[in-house]
Amino acid sequence: MLQQTIVSDKDFATRSLDTICVNESHLQHRWYHNLKYLVIGILFGIVLIKAEVISWFRIQEMFRLQSFHMYGIIGSAILVGMISVWLIKKKNIRTIYGETISITPKKFNKGQVYGGLIFGFGWAITGACPGPLFAQIGAGTTVILATLFSAIAGTWVYGFLREKLPH
Amino acid sequence: MEFLKNPWPWYVAGPLIGLIVPALLILGNKSFGISSSLRHICASCMPARIPFFTYDWKKEIWNLVFVIGIIVGAGLATYYLSGPAPINLNPKLVEEMSSYGITNFDYMAPVEVFNWKSLLSIKGFVLIVVGGFLVGFGTRYAGGCTSGHAIMGLSNLQMPSLIATASFIIGGFIMANLILPFVLSL
Repeated sequence: MLQQTIVSDKDFATRSLDTICVNESHLQHRWYHNLKYLVIGILFGIVLIKAEVISWFRIQEMFRLQSFHMYGIIGSAILVGMISVWLIKKKNIRTIYGETISITPKKFNKGQVYGGLIFGFGWAITGACPGPLFAQIGAGTTVILATLFSAIAGTWVYGFLREKLPH
Repeated sequence: MEFLKNPWPWYVAGPLIGLIVPALLILGNKSFGISSSLRHICASCMPARIPFFTYDWKKEIWNLVFVIGIIVGAGLATYYLSGPAPINLNPKLVEEMSSYGITNFDYMAPVEVFNWKSLLSIKGFVLIVVGGFLVGFGTRYAGGCTSGHAIMGLSNLQMPSLIATASFIIGGFIMANLILPFVLSL
């Protein structure tokens, strides 16, 4: 029992390394509970296509200050997200299972600057951040599978070099 | 139906994307983020005893289900909701692209460059493969991407996310204006 606790704690520590996906839910659900995330994903995919967020051309316009479209989308998404998070905290809103909602704060490290710049280069080249990469594949641009595979390789190489990189 | 088929304006799409933040929190205490799915794929397929990939990825399976949803949703929108309206681009961009030989604006990415054949050319390799590598490496190094940092992180008023988002934009400006024109001219 104790052994198990230690193992899962180490697990939590590893995933916390980049402070994403560290919500620890102790509730166990059957597999079909994950289908609700499929539905949200489908809706997100539809919006990405219909608002042309996944367009390589729209991203080029954004980085040349030739259009307001992408700034409007990202800006209004942040605004709605901000108000939602504020309301959830203020009204102490719980999950549909009655759990308390907790958002792990992010800690600063230099990776956010170095990694951020590197991602910015990649974003302008491919015209896609990770969400749109998946959406482009769904839209039928099959060559983006090569881009996705390369992005997975990039993530792997980061994990491999992690200890040697400045953070 | 006409409204759904035409391109959606930013003031419809942006708030809808923003609503994913509370939806995921309320449905299961999950923080919006896409790039971590790439990490879970590494952890599930090739952890290679690297500490960064040695964790129980099955606990994060919701994130993989979510990105599968994105692929399905994008497919549905493309095949059932496409309208005849062409993309309305800034004429300056159209002119610049023509100078690189990019004249087909009918698809989400320029088909002259983003196709399997061009993978073998330097230009295609840089755009498709090198670009993807930078996205995967950079997002993980930064600890998140547009969804995890710019939308989720800023929604939660996180300073590190503001720094990361500023870095994304600066990197994008440098690449799109100073470096990419050379690559596209190759």
